[in-house]
Amino acid sequence: MATSTTAVPSAGPVAGSRSFLSRLRDGDEIARLITFLFAASVVLITLLLVFELWQGSVLPRHKFGFSFFRTSVWDPIFDQFGALPFIYGTLVTAGVALIIAVPLGIGAAIFLAELAPARISDTLEFFIDLLAAVPSVIYGLLGVFIVVPLMREYIQPGLKNTLGFLPLFQGPAYGVGFLTAGIVLAIMVIPYIISVSREVLLSVPRDQREAALSLGSTRWESTWKVVVPFARGGIMGSIFLALARALGETMAVTMVIGNTPTISASLFSPGYSIAAVIANEFTEATGAMYTQSLIELGLVLFILTFVLNGFARLLIVATSQRGAGMGHT
Amino acid sequence: MKRLAGLFLVVLCLASIVWADSTLSINGAGATFPYPMYSKWFDEYHKKNANLQINYQSIGSGGGIKQVTEGTVDFGASDLPMNEEQLKTYQDKHGSGILHFPTVMGAVVATYNIPGVSADLNFTPEALAGIFLGKITKWNDPAIASANSGVTLPANDIVVVHRADGSGTTFIWTDYLSKISDEWKKTVGAGASPKWPVGLGGKGNEGVTGTVKNTPNSIGYVELIYAQSNKIPYGSVKNSSGTFVKPSLAAVSAAAAGAAKEMPDDFRVSITNAPGKAAYPISSFTWLLIPEKFSDASKRDALKGFLKWALDDGQNYAESLSYAKLPKEVVAKELKAINKIQ
Repeated sequence: MATSTTAVPSAGPVAGSRSFLSRLRDGDEIARLITFLFAASVVLITLLLVFELWQGSVLPRHKFGFSFFRTSVWDPIFDQFGALPFIYGTLVTAGVALIIAVPLGIGAAIFLAELAPARISDTLEFFIDLLAAVPSVIYGLLGVFIVVPLMREYIQPGLKNTLGFLPLFQGPAYGVGFLTAGIVLAIMVIPYIISVSREVLLSVPRDQREAALSLGSTRWESTWKVVVPFARGGIMGSIFLALARALGETMAVTMVIGNTPTISASLFSPGYSIAAVIANEFTEATGAMYTQSLIELGLVLFILTFVLNGFARLLIVATSQRGAGMGHT
Repeated sequence: MKRLAGLFLVVLCLASIVWADSTLSINGAGATFPYPMYSKWFDEYHKKNANLQINYQSIGSGGGIKQVTEGTVDFGASDLPMNEEQLKTYQDKHGSGILHFPTVMGAVVATYNIPGVSADLNFTPEALAGIFLGKITKWNDPAIASANSGVTLPANDIVVVHRADGSGTTFIWTDYLSKISDEWKKTVGAGASPKWPVGLGGKGNEGVTGTVKNTPNSIGYVELIYAQSNKIPYGSVKNSSGTFVKPSLAAVSAAAAGAAKEMPDDFRVSITNAPGKAAYPISSFTWLLIPEKFSDASKRDALKGFLKWALDDGQNYAESLSYAKLPKEVVAKELKAINKIQ
């Protein structure tokens, strides 16, 4: 900063007019190169990851082909592997988690950002950030010792007696299963949704709110019809962050899901998720076909996350364009 | 200050050179079940031979077999013997074989939680196979009740709990069920993580125990050591001579003694359903996997020395850690086999 040539701090047009050597000397070029390498390394790691997963799953890909996705037998002793129950379990538990966590999380974020006094909002935010940092095994223990007995003794019999006509709530109440795993996951991802959504809502410009209020809308109308639609992209982002966490969660899920590869319409049924089966079986997996099938499950999880993230991007693009065009819907 | 730091550095370097010169370190990896025993042994042996350091990673039996085959560790350890295919892979890769050495023994017990039943239950092999196949679904089924006269069993549905993680414990359990039930052998088989016909999966011994404790009318299986140290109920099992035997270290040793007479030269033997009146039928050895040929003579001699000690004095530590000692016949045979290591 002591050199006279850098009197103008903004790099833009000035940087272009200076010679490469002077830019190099000032560090611009070096900084650009280094940060570019950092950014490129992310892409490189992703590509290497896919490459490794692809290379590591040669045997089952050749033996089972696409039937790996369609069949539901997972039998290491007879070398038969199918991923369907694990894909099902992963999607169902993540789905249940989002159904519970999204309304709760966004509701809480709206309260904290728009309605609560700043002091309460900041205090609560501290606790929410704390919750987001709790290791997942702790949530697993919470699940095993509190949620599972509650489910078995009260919630599952209660649901059976009231909504038991639905196939979702039938079968024996073990306590563990899809629903329990979904609930524990919901508890885990709510802090993410609240924390990110609150930040996004707070960053909505003041004049948006003031404009709505000056047109005669109530406080709730300005929140629900102006601020929330304005922040829709960011809120979506928080939901997909939560989804990604729910899809990949291993420890807490394996402790409460029942670890049985089943496909059942009932949410009371024990199930299994991709991440859980990899963690449980990888260390003791003997034989190339078995190990490689577990690696292929990793590939499937990667693809699943990739596809869902792609959808998320499209959804954000689609809704934010609509939001910009019409103000609100 | 600077000089002091320099001096410190020099001392540190010298120390590390001296350290590196005098200490031979041998690395092993494998089964988690005998880990408390092995770490005690390695520790005690290190006290006697300060210049030998044996490191052991308890990464699981499958991992132990893999790593020793890859050659990343000097020896492996496993709760299940290597199969023909794995032996062949090893032979192809190294040009020489690998030896199995039984070190201690353990057992797997059936633990249960039936509200209102506090008596120790008796299980026939047929009852265990039926329950885990999902054929016997009620606790008051005649197959269970007939062996437990005097105990009132409820008419509740049985909840089966098994290990979710791949495990040597599961191998011993399913190996036993394969021996006593043809249907189990055909439909499920023996392995570290089979395709279970029924039940919930718990992670680790503690996961199974926790699920059994929390779930009324459930039955699961855990290692004997684990059941004893956590004081959970476990049942007797009818052995091949027709007696109901309560699991204990003595009953495990009896099972090994029954099998010792027909011990094959490579020690790869399953002692589930072993003959003998006092034998507990769901018992097993755990093995060290040691390469036949070492390129490093000092490592070879150190490991041979350790093995001799573990089979002799080392056995005295077993019972205090709830492992069953090897029978004398097996030890004698193993001491001879040590000479095969070259």
